[in-house]
Amino acid sequence: MTQPISNSDVAHVARLARLALSEEELGRYTTQLAAVLEHAADMAALDIEGVPPTAHPFPLANVFREDVPRPCLDRDEVLSQAPDVEDDRFRIPRILGEAP
Amino acid sequence: MSGVGPAGPSSASETAADVRQGRRTATAVLEEHLRRIAEREADVHAFNLVMEDQARSRAAEIDGMVAAGDDPGPLAGVPVALKDLLCTRGVPTTCSSRILAGWLPPYDATVVGRLAAAGAVFIGKTNMDEFAMGSSTEHSAFGPTRNPRCLGRVPGGSSGGSAAAVAAGFAPLALGSDTGGSIRQPAALCGVVGAKPTYGVVSRYGLVAFASSLDQIGPFAANVADAALLLDTISGHDPLDSTSLPASPPLASANLGRGADGLRVGVIAELAGAEGIAHDVASRLAEAVDALAAAGAKVEEISVPAVRYGLSAYYMIAPAEASSNLARYDGVRYGLRVPGADITEMYMATRSAGFGPEVKRRIMLGTYALSAGYYDAYYGKAQKVRTLIIRDFEEAYRSFDVLLSPTAPTTAFELGAKTADPLTMYLNDVCTIPSNLAGHPAISVPFGTGDDGLPVGVQVLAPALGETVMFQVAEVLEAAAPTGGGQ
Repeated sequence: MTQPISNSDVAHVARLARLALSEEELGRYTTQLAAVLEHAADMAALDIEGVPPTAHPFPLANVFREDVPRPCLDRDEVLSQAPDVEDDRFRIPRILGEAP
Repeated sequence: MSGVGPAGPSSASETAADVRQGRRTATAVLEEHLRRIAEREADVHAFNLVMEDQARSRAAEIDGMVAAGDDPGPLAGVPVALKDLLCTRGVPTTCSSRILAGWLPPYDATVVGRLAAAGAVFIGKTNMDEFAMGSSTEHSAFGPTRNPRCLGRVPGGSSGGSAAAVAAGFAPLALGSDTGGSIRQPAALCGVVGAKPTYGVVSRYGLVAFASSLDQIGPFAANVADAALLLDTISGHDPLDSTSLPASPPLASANLGRGADGLRVGVIAELAGAEGIAHDVASRLAEAVDALAAAGAKVEEISVPAVRYGLSAYYMIAPAEASSNLARYDGVRYGLRVPGADITEMYMATRSAGFGPEVKRRIMLGTYALSAGYYDAYYGKAQKVRTLIIRDFEEAYRSFDVLLSPTAPTTAFELGAKTADPLTMYLNDVCTIPSNLAGHPAISVPFGTGDDGLPVGVQVLAPALGETVMFQVAEVLEAAAPTGGGQ
């Protein structure tokens, strides 16, 4: 199961994670991630056939609280922390194609 | 050894009693701690922010309440340091990351509100590994914290600033967070007490998330009774945290003073004998075993086989959850934004400039472990190993009340010794990780020193909601600890 991770794997993962890496970083992270993945390969020795996965130590299902109105965050206080705001909204760069 | 004492002349509970009864003022208590900070903080760098002005106003407010005949609460006038990932309304909360530098949270964490209601005085926000990822507090965007007991050594991490603040006497109490050992390991390295409660006992509302199935907030203190007092103040159900346990939390302080007579203590063979456990740490553990036996406990070695795979499982699960949690730092709603021509460029520029190398490494590791083609081999497998660890612990707790292990493999190491090789750094967490994976509580208690004169910690592990017996045993170890040790 231990596929040695390659530079191009790391470059792909960095794109998925929205991280821009330099060539030097790519090389270094490839070596370091490979070492961690090699260590994790020790789990292959375990017989886990039929063992259910654990996502949470104490899974609580359908957690509800009383539907009581309470104050929400102060809008101005929240917007004051945003990098860019216009008309009480978060302002972002264009998300589709060329601007009209 | 620098000869620095623990957190001042009196315990947190004595300080609170003095303030409540008018024997000392909260202002005098605060000034004493600010004086120690003025003397040594430039060397130690425990804080990202010392909240001098806010703390002075707050102490004056507490003194006003006492003068008016009101009771400020069980932590009246006690200075508390907060790890800089706990949201404090209007007070910078950085997670020691450039991406959150200058951010002012619009709300308080639940634990912050509970401490305020108990009369605590917040003295500052403590340094940490960026987003709690690390074991030395060297991965902070604002420079490392140094171990107050030896400035050339690390304080451990990721809550290294909180551990150092208590060890240096900057605050008698501090809060940290523990995802894989981030409270217990720095407590061990700094010679203070640090505990990770059962998952769900302390609300995480307002805790900046790292790995949500593992993160817990917990106490640091100079002694076991103070750590219990702090935990009992912050624990309990919170409707704002959907992982908060609905039942009443166990009382950490309920059995203090009851000794260990008749308790069954198991020494975890796989951790006591793990590769990399230094001989002086192993010797202190053996002495701790003798001390508990002398106190009337029945101590035996026990095998918990699956904990051997804890480190591997953790370094798939925690980064996977982190890669998801940290997707929120996108330059849109808060924190840093680095401009880009379109939104994807903006995301990439912001995240590349805002995150440090360890955070990027873990995001990529987690993204990889979750990616198509590798999910079953890494993340899926780790989740099953997690089940095995829980089963093996459950089996062990059929025969034992608590389990024992070293907290960290070695005493505090030198700055820079492990930053070049991430895996070497990760191995620090080998004894602490299993409790996070199981959701169980565990505490580190100072127990003597290593060959270098620096503190050694012994870890007491308990089953889910076993805080009462865990603190009971911890206090027995504290009383039996060799003199000239962590304190």
